[in-house]
Amino acid sequence: MIERPETAVPSIARNLEGYVGFANLPNQVYRKSVKRGFEFTLMVVGESGLGKSTLINSLFLTDLYSKDYPGPSQRIKKTVQVEQSKVLIKEGGVQLTLTIVDTPGFGDAVDNSNCWQPVINYIDSKCEDFLNAESRVNRRLMPDNRVHCCLYFIAPSGHGLKPLDIEFMKRLHDKVNVIPLIAKADTLTPEECQLFKKQIMKEIQEHKIKIYEFPDTEDDEDSKLIRRIKEKMPLAVVGSNVVIEVNGRKVRGRQYPWGVAEVENGEHCDFTVLRNMLIRTHMQDLKDVTNNVHYENYRSKKLAAVTCNGVDSSKARGTLTKSPLAQMEEERREHVMKMKKMETEMEQVFDMKVKEKKQKLKDSEAELERRHEQMKKNLDAQYKELDEKRRVYEDEKVNWEAQQRILEQQKLDASKTMEKNKKKGKIF
Amino acid sequence: MATTEIDIFANEEKRSLELAGHVGFDSLPDQLVSKAVSQGFCFNILCVGETGIGKSTLINTLFNTTFESDEASHYLQDVHLRPKTYDLQESNVNLKLTIVDTVGFGDQINKEESYKPIVDYIDTQFENFLQEEMKIKRSLHNYHDSRIHICLYFIAPTGHSLKSLDLVTMKKLDSKVNIIPVIAKADTISKSELHKFKIKIMSELVSNGVQIYQFPTEDEAVTEINSTMNAHLPFAVIGSVEQVKVGNKMVRARLYPWGSVQVENESHCDFVKLREMLLRVNIEDLREQTHARHYELYRRCKLEEMGFKDTDPDSQPFSLQQTYETKRKEFLVELQRKEEEMRQMFVNKVKETEAELKEKERELHERFEQLKRMHHDEKRNLEEKRRELEEEMNSFNRRKVAAETLMGQALQSCSQQPFKKDKDKKK
Repeated sequence: MIERPETAVPSIARNLEGYVGFANLPNQVYRKSVKRGFEFTLMVVGESGLGKSTLINSLFLTDLYSKDYPGPSQRIKKTVQVEQSKVLIKEGGVQLTLTIVDTPGFGDAVDNSNCWQPVINYIDSKCEDFLNAESRVNRRLMPDNRVHCCLYFIAPSGHGLKPLDIEFMKRLHDKVNVIPLIAKADTLTPEECQLFKKQIMKEIQEHKIKIYEFPDTEDDEDSKLIRRIKEKMPLAVVGSNVVIEVNGRKVRGRQYPWGVAEVENGEHCDFTVLRNMLIRTHMQDLKDVTNNVHYENYRSKKLAAVTCNGVDSSKARGTLTKSPLAQMEEERREHVMKMKKMETEMEQVFDMKVKEKKQKLKDSEAELERRHEQMKKNLDAQYKELDEKRRVYEDEKVNWEAQQRILEQQKLDASKTMEKNKKKGKIF
Repeated sequence: MATTEIDIFANEEKRSLELAGHVGFDSLPDQLVSKAVSQGFCFNILCVGETGIGKSTLINTLFNTTFESDEASHYLQDVHLRPKTYDLQESNVNLKLTIVDTVGFGDQINKEESYKPIVDYIDTQFENFLQEEMKIKRSLHNYHDSRIHICLYFIAPTGHSLKSLDLVTMKKLDSKVNIIPVIAKADTISKSELHKFKIKIMSELVSNGVQIYQFPTEDEAVTEINSTMNAHLPFAVIGSVEQVKVGNKMVRARLYPWGSVQVENESHCDFVKLREMLLRVNIEDLREQTHARHYELYRRCKLEEMGFKDTDPDSQPFSLQQTYETKRKEFLVELQRKEEEMRQMFVNKVKETEAELKEKERELHERFEQLKRMHHDEKRNLEEKRRELEEEMNSFNRRKVAAETLMGQALQSCSQQPFKKDKDKKK
């Protein structure tokens, strides 16, 4: 629903003391909108033969569907198609480009499983077109081809919703504004109609189907009207292409032997309510809800899928307030931080290892030094010993040699003396 | 913002149909307007001009109310922008008016950077809008639009020409915002001077290529008045909130000894023209131009800067999903690359250091070997010497033994001889 804009910006209220002129602003907006023209896309869904084409023709008082442009019930193909026709209508200076989307073949097959899928695909593809156009770098006039309203036709069985009805509405209620209608309401008496409506609304609530809701207004008059309309939901409609004369009046209606069911008579059916609501009072709101609610849902789902690729859902919840680019920026920042942390960790480990290794080397070196010192000491000691030994030996040698020389001398002296004595001895 | 543009795809078949009665969609504009009125409008005015030129007074006069503002000093270091938001109501229309004042403009000695804070402010508002527009969960219809819709540029009433600061500033702003130049304090210029001044200003603007805002002339309802007004640009205005008695009415005017200058008298100044053009006739067009032209230009430049394109190399249009997916892939690839780079750099560092350390180890080992060899040599040396000594000692000992043996023998013989002698004697 459209929320009232919150005053997020602090502002000061001021009273004007005279004519300023901006009260003319609404007129400016009016003029510009008329100049631009308006667009509206209306989708009609329901089994064949429920009077969809007739109703459209009655709503817009024109031959949208005619012999040359047959309605969906006349164009049934083998599979459900989604087809659109664009018409341009003018009234009171206002131009409206009306696109009617219909679904020939819906619900007509024997097996109707997934017959809603082409419809969903169509709605999504229009949203996607709009999303792509809105996201282009070079944006131009964007045509709004999104489906603004889906009229769902319920067969007037009088009992309740069919499983197909429930299934369809459940799948489409968060993609498009769904307005359920009771078709061919002239087969129900007022009491039957009341019961039928009550039953339908009960089932809708049970299955938590969100049909289009009228926005609350501040105006009391409007509120009263809206409440009255809400009580009549779902609207029971009758359509007719034929104008009949009743009591001198020309009316649109269906001629029966027992009387004429008038389309625009509020006591006969809710057609007028539908027309007033759909066209005269809430057309713009339908477009706004499509733009602000259904399209935004589509868009945020689409973009979340793109952004949160590979991000687990627990993180994804907080990211929806950013654009995908901001999201990437944040991821980038996180990544940079993560890398920095990794880098510091790796550096720490690296430094530690290097320190270890260096320490080991140092230790080896010290060990080496130590051993070298020891060996040197050892050798030095041995050298000393050897020197000592040599010295002793030298001393001994010198002493002995000196002794020998003395002995030799003595011997020589002795032999000389003996020689002398020998000579002397002979004289005796 | 929802757009309701006419479908321009001419190749789609569109039938024109006649209506057989009153359907009722001619109330669509009314529906649109009533929704807009209930939401309220917002309008943002930027006033650029020297301190004391009358910006605040003019705004007060325009909106017929006194917006509080402190008088600015002349001694500010640089230009500041001061936005203030007010809620105004006229009949059933609620207007959220934001007035942004440029404080300190024109006061500095060096005014080369004066335009920058202004451009930055305008860009920031665009950026905020763009960010909101690109969010995943966004609320555009609730968003308070702070983009500047109109810049009133106040020209000093010198009577000669535009100042160079004016030209420089307006040139920087003309592609970002709608500019309406006004001649301030117009009660200091006489009529003939004013005429010449206006012509001079307009020709200077044209010759310098400054694009000021032109009142739109396509809408038949306003073509006439707008084209007339275009010819009166720039508007010569005066502002006053003081009431002066003229005749038997109280009017807003400035009272001089030689007469009173009445604000709302069209022969005295162009104030009424400005008010009409700005507020009564073209306020919506100003908002539209800001969004459709200035903002789109900013957005286009920003997106192109970020690398977004509309078509891929094969000229096929990108869908939004593709664009984002491609960007995301690129982004992830880059992150991975950065990670790889870092790892690689680390691996290299480790290798280098390993090599260094290994080298050191090798050196140490070599030294060790060297020392071992040295030690070995020394040992051998020692052994040699020892052996030598041993040999010498052995030979000496042998000599000693030999000598002693000899001596022993000699002694023996010596000792025998004397015995012989004695024996001989006894006989």
